[in-house]
Amino acid sequence: MNKSENFLIGIFDDEHVLVHAVEKIRQSGVKIKEVYSPFPVHGLDEALGYKRSRLPIAAFLFGLTGTTLGLFTQIWMLGIDWPMVIGGKNFFSIPPFIPVTFEFTVLLSAFGMVGTFFIVSNLKPYRYPRSYDLRSTDDKHVMAIELDDNKIDKSEIAKILKENGATEVNEKSF
Amino acid sequence: MQSTSVLRESLVTGGKTIHDVSQDISRQVEGSPTRLWWMAMSISISLLLYGGYCCWVMLWNGIGEWGLNKTVGWAWDITNFVWWVGIGHAGTLISAILLLFRQRWRMSINRAAEAMTIFAVICAASFPAFHMGRLWLGFYWVFPLPNTFGSLWVNFNSPLLWDVFAISTYFSVSLIFWYIGLIPDFAVIRDRAVKMGHKTRAQIYNALSFGWDGAARTWLRYESVALILAGLSTPLVLSVHTIVSMDFATSIVPGWHTTIFPPYFVAGAIFSGFAMVLTLLLVTRKVFKLEDYITIYHIELMNIIIIITGSIVGVAYISEFFIAWYGRVPFEQYAFINRATGPYWWAYWSMMTCNVISPQLFWFKKLRTNLVATFVISIIVNIGMWFERFVIIVTSIHRDYLPSSWTMFHPTMYDIGQYLFTFGIFFTAFFLFAKFFPVINMAEVKSILKVCSEKKSAP
Repeated sequence: MNKSENFLIGIFDDEHVLVHAVEKIRQSGVKIKEVYSPFPVHGLDEALGYKRSRLPIAAFLFGLTGTTLGLFTQIWMLGIDWPMVIGGKNFFSIPPFIPVTFEFTVLLSAFGMVGTFFIVSNLKPYRYPRSYDLRSTDDKHVMAIELDDNKIDKSEIAKILKENGATEVNEKSF
Repeated sequence: MQSTSVLRESLVTGGKTIHDVSQDISRQVEGSPTRLWWMAMSISISLLLYGGYCCWVMLWNGIGEWGLNKTVGWAWDITNFVWWVGIGHAGTLISAILLLFRQRWRMSINRAAEAMTIFAVICAASFPAFHMGRLWLGFYWVFPLPNTFGSLWVNFNSPLLWDVFAISTYFSVSLIFWYIGLIPDFAVIRDRAVKMGHKTRAQIYNALSFGWDGAARTWLRYESVALILAGLSTPLVLSVHTIVSMDFATSIVPGWHTTIFPPYFVAGAIFSGFAMVLTLLLVTRKVFKLEDYITIYHIELMNIIIIITGSIVGVAYISEFFIAWYGRVPFEQYAFINRATGPYWWAYWSMMTCNVISPQLFWFKKLRTNLVATFVISIIVNIGMWFERFVIIVTSIHRDYLPSSWTMFHPTMYDIGQYLFTFGIFFTAFFLFAKFFPVINMAEVKSILKVCSEKKSAP
């Protein structure tokens, strides 16, 4: 049996209170495991010290792959593998290949990025996430603090949470 | 405390709290289907069955069942195809372009509009697919696969092939865009099901939500994914109807060979798409009692887009005539005179009345904030847009270069049946969506609730 993990859960009603609370709580030396929100809260990522997502880079690289693949597929098929005279046009000229190249770029970029997003965020249909509080998808922001991670005493953390606007502080073990 | 902007009208009325949003939107997913839903569903399924029968006969006997003849080789099929693709433009426009422009009013309407887009594109794709005759071989014909007779490839010089890529990319990218938006909302329904003790429902919606938990780190990535998808979809949505218009514009048929086709088609697509969004949302908001989320203000803004795009379409119609006269090409001139005064004059003037005159009524604030007027005009606009495609396609080819082959086009019951079939697909899919999926993006509406909602009462 694994040792159970103990969490202190702070519930917040308001996103602005939450963002300030996160800053204050981190300043006081408490490590926050994660914050769960029903909607994206602007400024929360900076308050938690998260870096910007690198997904745009992934999207760009997938897009570039799509452009190259799309263009070279067409050039190879109609220009090299089986050239055909169609309306007396050149075997290969770039302009008529642009629309399909563009579609390939968008397709690979979108699917590549979304696939990467699912993988890095560990989202999959058979994933059963741990629910710290069921209201975190409804109307509450839920802050999870792992007790074993923090040297500060439990009651002390609870006090800090309350001082910074948490409407409820609960304890939960998994 | 909620604050309300004095400059803008509120986007959510009725003093809703965040919990009310989850409650109001999840309600119809959780309840059992109403009698009205069953009635609507049975009508659309009977359309599907009747249309399915017509499609079956047509596949069995070939597309000779359609009313096409030697002169008119494209008629209802391509008209319906372009019409449905056009309708399928509003959803991604709302969710992508309005996202880039930071228009918050898109948030209550984007989900249903995107769903409509996806279903409309499915309907559209069925027409060229059936027009290939042997549907089951279509895969070899349109995708770059080496066929069984040797490595003969598809013709990448042809706009019809660009269309295959444009439509399939548009469909799949719109689908993931829509699904990404649905993920957090499925999690809402899952957690409510856990609370209510519905185990099966919780499991189904958990699988649909990909195990979403709303962690700040995931939201951070999610927002960046949504933004990039919007950035990718914006040129995509413009490219799709541009390419559809090139099916015509790159030919040398008088009336089709026109350089203004791409912007004119895109404007027409947005025009008809918004009209269809209005038709569906006016009913949805009434049936699901979502008047506080889809407000008169939302409807007014959509009507303004209808005036703008309708006017662009009107200018395009007039420019075509001007250029036909100014270009001094007798064939082109005849094609246009024939459109307005020939045997299809009634189609032309229905198009002009429905598309150019009727949206101008929305200059009156009274009419654009009136639900009945909006509903009626939204349907008129869609009829007009159908006629537009019919006029462009049939009137240009029914009198070709050889007067001895001049003829008229008469649809058969199979033309009509296949059109009804796509209505069956569209409405069946939309009703299933409306019953089992949250019709409004809860996460997005919640995120703007604090700044954009109406105050309940003074605290």
